[in-house]
Amino acid sequence: MTREELRELREAEQKRKQKYKHTVNVCMASGCISLRSDKVKEALDKEIAGRGLEDEVLVKRVGCVGLCSKGPIALAESTRIVYDGITPEDAKTIIKNLDKAPSKALREPMEAPFFRRQQKIVLEHSGLIDPERIEDYIAVGGYEPMLDALIDISPAEIINQIARSGLRGRGGAGYPTGLKWSTVAKADGSGDKYVICNADEGDPGAYMDRSIMESTPHQMIEGMVIGAYAVGANHGFIYVRAEYPLAIERLKTAIKQAEKMGLLGSNIGGTRFSFDIQLRYGAGAYVTGEETALISSVEGNRGLPRPRPPFPAERGLRGRPTLINNVETFANIAPIIRNGGDWFASIGTEKSKGTKVFSLAGKINTVGLIEVPLGITLREIIYELGGGIPEGHTFKAVQTGGPSGGTIPEEHLDLPVDYESLMKIGSIMGSGGMIIMDETSCMVDVAKYFMGFSKSEACGKCIPCRVGTVQMHGILERITDGAATMDDLALLEDLCDLARHASLCGLGQSAPNPVLSTLHYFRDEYIAHIEEKRCPAGVCKLQHTGEYEEILEVRE
Amino acid sequence: MRQELRVKTLKIDDHDVAGREDQTILDVARENNIRIPTLCQVNGLTNYGGCRMCLVEVKGVPKLLTSCTTYVWEGMEVTTDSERLHNYRKMTLELFFAERNHICAICVANRNCELQSLALELGVDHIRYPYLYPSLEIDATHDKFVIDHNRCILCTRCIRACAEVEGANTLGMMRRGVNDKIITDLNQPWGESPTCTSCGKCVNVCPVGAIYERGMSIGEARKEHKFLPHLRIMRGEGTWQGRV
Amino acid sequence: MLDYEKPSPPPDDRRWKVVDRTMRSHGYEPHALIQVLHTAQETFGYLDEEVMRYVAASMRVPLSQVYGVATFYHFFTLKPQGEHTCVVCTGTACYIKGADSLLAAVEEVTGAKAGETSADGKVSVVTARCIGSCGLAPVAVLDGEAVGKIAVDGIKERIREWTSIAGDNGGAPPAGIPTTPVEGPAPQNPIIEGVTAHDTRRAS
Repeated sequence: MTREELRELREAEQKRKQKYKHTVNVCMASGCISLRSDKVKEALDKEIAGRGLEDEVLVKRVGCVGLCSKGPIALAESTRIVYDGITPEDAKTIIKNLDKAPSKALREPMEAPFFRRQQKIVLEHSGLIDPERIEDYIAVGGYEPMLDALIDISPAEIINQIARSGLRGRGGAGYPTGLKWSTVAKADGSGDKYVICNADEGDPGAYMDRSIMESTPHQMIEGMVIGAYAVGANHGFIYVRAEYPLAIERLKTAIKQAEKMGLLGSNIGGTRFSFDIQLRYGAGAYVTGEETALISSVEGNRGLPRPRPPFPAERGLRGRPTLINNVETFANIAPIIRNGGDWFASIGTEKSKGTKVFSLAGKINTVGLIEVPLGITLREIIYELGGGIPEGHTFKAVQTGGPSGGTIPEEHLDLPVDYESLMKIGSIMGSGGMIIMDETSCMVDVAKYFMGFSKSEACGKCIPCRVGTVQMHGILERITDGAATMDDLALLEDLCDLARHASLCGLGQSAPNPVLSTLHYFRDEYIAHIEEKRCPAGVCKLQHTGEYEEILEVRE
Repeated sequence: MRQELRVKTLKIDDHDVAGREDQTILDVARENNIRIPTLCQVNGLTNYGGCRMCLVEVKGVPKLLTSCTTYVWEGMEVTTDSERLHNYRKMTLELFFAERNHICAICVANRNCELQSLALELGVDHIRYPYLYPSLEIDATHDKFVIDHNRCILCTRCIRACAEVEGANTLGMMRRGVNDKIITDLNQPWGESPTCTSCGKCVNVCPVGAIYERGMSIGEARKEHKFLPHLRIMRGEGTWQGRV
Repeated sequence: MLDYEKPSPPPDDRRWKVVDRTMRSHGYEPHALIQVLHTAQETFGYLDEEVMRYVAASMRVPLSQVYGVATFYHFFTLKPQGEHTCVVCTGTACYIKGADSLLAAVEEVTGAKAGETSADGKVSVVTARCIGSCGLAPVAVLDGEAVGKIAVDGIKERIREWTSIAGDNGGAPPAGIPTTPVEGPAPQNPIIEGVTAHDTRRAS
């Protein structure tokens, strides 16, 4: 498909849509599907057929609207009303009220702070287009930035735009994307280069990548093609978690559609550039989110990391220069090419540009997915967008960055959310999961939970992580069992220091973070467990289960 | 034709030294008689970077680097021993001792054990962590060799020797993390392995008393692996893809 | 025993052809080992020795590597699984909202610990590290159907339904999510051709 044909298709699709007086979008991402939004869509379709409104009203399957805890969600585009918690029985009311202001029972205007305070780049089309129709994506201008790039812009200029945009890796570490691209572009070009999309979203509590793949898979693919063109790669892989079957299905569909239209594969858009994408499934290992472990897994091996340098940008997949970016990073690319790097750089803070998608979960009124400009404060996110803490409870801490991140107390809620600020207070941006905790959560217990996670996800290659996490988890267990002494606490801190500095990869290096940050902000809770045998939150039983002692006895 | 390799000058512990660009910090240090402790590294096999003993500080690099896997660069300033590094190495050794059931007094490798001698060298005199005392088996089904998982430190030297030098790929690793275990083929008894050539390279590279010759008694194990680099060169270098 | 001519699969069993097809589509490249193991597990329900030997010989991958990969990734299971699968998500959001008491309830009703199958072979209990449905925490996946905001009583009741009605699996294989235990039973994963998460659900 040439650029002209693409534009014609866009116009035709836009016309087709204008034909309808109303569009009702029904969320068909994993969350809502598990609440039977498919039945809701069926009921809506039936209602429309019953009223003979097929030519007036379009009921559309769309991706994530963001209000994940209140599903199933439907969105009436004309009145900009979001209906939440709907059942098939509500279909009649929704269709009847399409022209009018909605009845009170049907809720959530888009002027609510949850929607109003968001700024969407990555999720711009999420919840508005059908993820399984490439035409829907083309109708909103999709794939045009890509063909513009391939036809009019040199690879160097694309990298320049990405560098100017200030975009940083959205997978967690925040490495400047432009710099990474230029390293791969400059690397040895005597053979193949590869592009890998890291869709092995591993942090528990983070699901923005799944949502992007389920809602706007084409946006991510478009970003990959632009990246491949910029660095000179002809082959790409998407490494996606097997835990995300719907995302896999939609990626497969999207790849097939794009190939069929000549927007992926050989001679894309009639140019001389070719790029293909293959899917590779993860198989349940957190460590494969680390780029060298990911490469090992894509090569069909055990997911073990290797020391860097050399970095994958120089020696990656099959020993060749490899560009690895995360799903959200790639989803930012087409908008940057469309609007220019300076536009993107005008959003956000000095060092953290653009927007970031966060998933809110835990003890908060509105659980869901939001996209906000970087630099917004945690307080705004939690109290304005998230609607605060459920009544009768008080905020205690917010955990960001998953098992590699930290726990942030009330005193830092007014800090702007950007890479540097979060790092300064002992946490990290991570992939964007935010778990809000109230007074019923024990910080030692939370630290133990994360250490247990790191322990069971350690690959075993290096000893500070393999055995260090086991030892740290054991000490935390003794603390919550009321069996620890202050010496144990000192040992725990020593082990944290060792794991952080002597481990091979990011998993081990960051595994101590949940302990270190809770120790920093909630040290009194640790002391209460150890010296007073008391859990301030009332979570830990502080009873000797005796298990570890038994092991010792039997063995001795 | 072999490409001309460039020479880099660098500083290791305030000594001005030079090395080729295809040499690691460890290579260059050894050439200059600078001792860096190692455990999973053995000449003639691909370097693994798992034991963390050879970590060094490099000026300007925020993270510690394994000297066995880091190639030298121009102007690099390396510190191989500092109080901090010494402490990390000691703690790491303690973690090894606490991980499995290392009892030197009854070990075939007593006094010929790299773990033991490193502990001696670095002054590890007690273990601060609780011993994990895992319940592990001994596989004595092979007619020449025995593997005692109680003594294994998971350095993967045996796996690498089996894959890279012998080419049999009999040995491998199963599970992950602290549950890692060295296996033969599909985790079957070693004696029933259809792929093992009984070459004994795994025995010779094992730094501890985990793999040894049948019938050996306490302190009798003697390891010899100087032939490895030679074999590696003779059989063609760099073909192995890293499947540990 | 190790016949490095491409081995021929047992005849009269079409399932081997499915595995063959995946290997062929990847040109028998060792790089595709994990993809092939996914297909094999989807087809056979779990990875037994025969399957691993067949894959190893066909793709010319060492046996030790096939075993190493199959046990490294928690998604793969080397043992057959129960008739039904109950996956309890233990991600952070679910943990904060009481996933541990859910799991305890499931273990109590089935008598099987996470990673095990009940003695009668009816229910496999599995934990997942996060299924990404944090908005609905706590979440359990019952035979492929994600059930959000599930209570202890609710999950107990669902499992009792399974154990009282024999063999009621609607003929469809359970869809699923990964497992934490290495050798424990895992549900099948609906990612190969033609089967998706939502059409293997039990309801209606």
